[in-house]
Amino acid sequence: MKSLAELEAIRNKTLDQIKMRTNKSGKRVVVGMATCGIAAGARPVMNAFTEELAKRKLSDVSVTMTGCIGVCRLEPIVEIFDADGTKVTYVKMTAEKAARIVSEHIVNGRVCQDLTIGAAEAESK
Amino acid sequence: MRDISLHILDIMQNSTAAKSTLIKVTIQAETQIGLLDVIIEDNGCGMDEEFLSNVTNPFSTTRTTRKVGLGIPLFKASAEQSGGSFRITSRKGIGTVVKSSYVIDHMDRPPLGDIAGVMADTAAAYQAVEFQLVLTSGNKQFNFNSREVEQRLGGVPLAEFAVVQWLREYIGEGLNEIFGGVLNEIVS
Repeated sequence: MKSLAELEAIRNKTLDQIKMRTNKSGKRVVVGMATCGIAAGARPVMNAFTEELAKRKLSDVSVTMTGCIGVCRLEPIVEIFDADGTKVTYVKMTAEKAARIVSEHIVNGRVCQDLTIGAAEAESK
Repeated sequence: MRDISLHILDIMQNSTAAKSTLIKVTIQAETQIGLLDVIIEDNGCGMDEEFLSNVTNPFSTTRTTRKVGLGIPLFKASAEQSGGSFRITSRKGIGTVVKSSYVIDHMDRPPLGDIAGVMADTAAAYQAVEFQLVLTSGNKQFNFNSREVEQRLGGVPLAEFAVVQWLREYIGEGLNEIFGGVLNEIVS
C-alpha cells in the first residue's frame, strides 16, 4: 500500500536535484485539452510527452494543458514554447510523433517542419 | 469520449476556465440501487440562470472561436445512453456542480478509464488549484487532496515526474481498493 509518508522520501531525493538544475532550458510543452482535443486523442499524446521527457531525464521541460487552441479540425494540437517565447504549433499529433518531437525539437533544437501547422495548411490547399 | 475519465477531464477544464480555486471530484458507487455517480464541483465564477438553462444545448458556449460547445452535451448523452441521468446546477459567483449518474450494469456504461492519470496530470498542470478526489462504495472511502500532498512535499512541485508517478500509483490503488469487485473494469 502506498502512503503519504513516501512523499517525504521523494522530497528528500528530488529537492537536491532541483537545486542542482542550473541549466534551465525553460521549454514548455502545452497540449490542447478541451473537448475537441480530448476526443481526438490528446491524453495519449500528453502521456507520451511526459514519459519520453522522464526517460531522457529532461526535468526542466514542463508539460501542461490548455483549453481550445481554436483549430479543432487539426487536433490533437501541441505547442512548444522556447525560453524566449517563440512558439511552434504541431498538429494532428500522435504518441509516435511526440517521441520524435522530443528527440528532434526539444533535445536537438531542430523543428519538425513536416508536423507543424504550416505544413498541414499548405497540404490542404 | 471513450471513457468517464475523459469527461471528468473535460469538465475540470471548464472549472479552470471559470477561475476555480477548488475542484472536487466525487465518484460513488451506490451498489444497492446499481448506480455510479460522478460529481464535479467547483467554486468558479458560475453561470447565470439564462446561460444555465441552455448549457446542455450544443450550440451554447462561452468560446469565442466558434459557436459550438460539446463538453457538457456529450457528458449528458453518455449518462443518458446508459440509462442514467444528468444534472447541472450553478450559482453566479459561487460555483457549479455537474452530476452524471450511470447504471453500473448497463451495457453502454463507459468504463471509468484512467482516472488516476487524469487527476495526477491535472493537479500537476494547475498547481494554483486545490484538487480533491473522493471515491466511495458501501462504507469504504478513499480521499485525495492535492494540498495535503503539496504540504508533505515541502517545495518540490507537483509537476515533478517522480511526484506525478507517485500520484498515479496512489490514486490507482485507491480505485482498486474502492471499486474492485464493484465495477467490472477494475481488477484488484
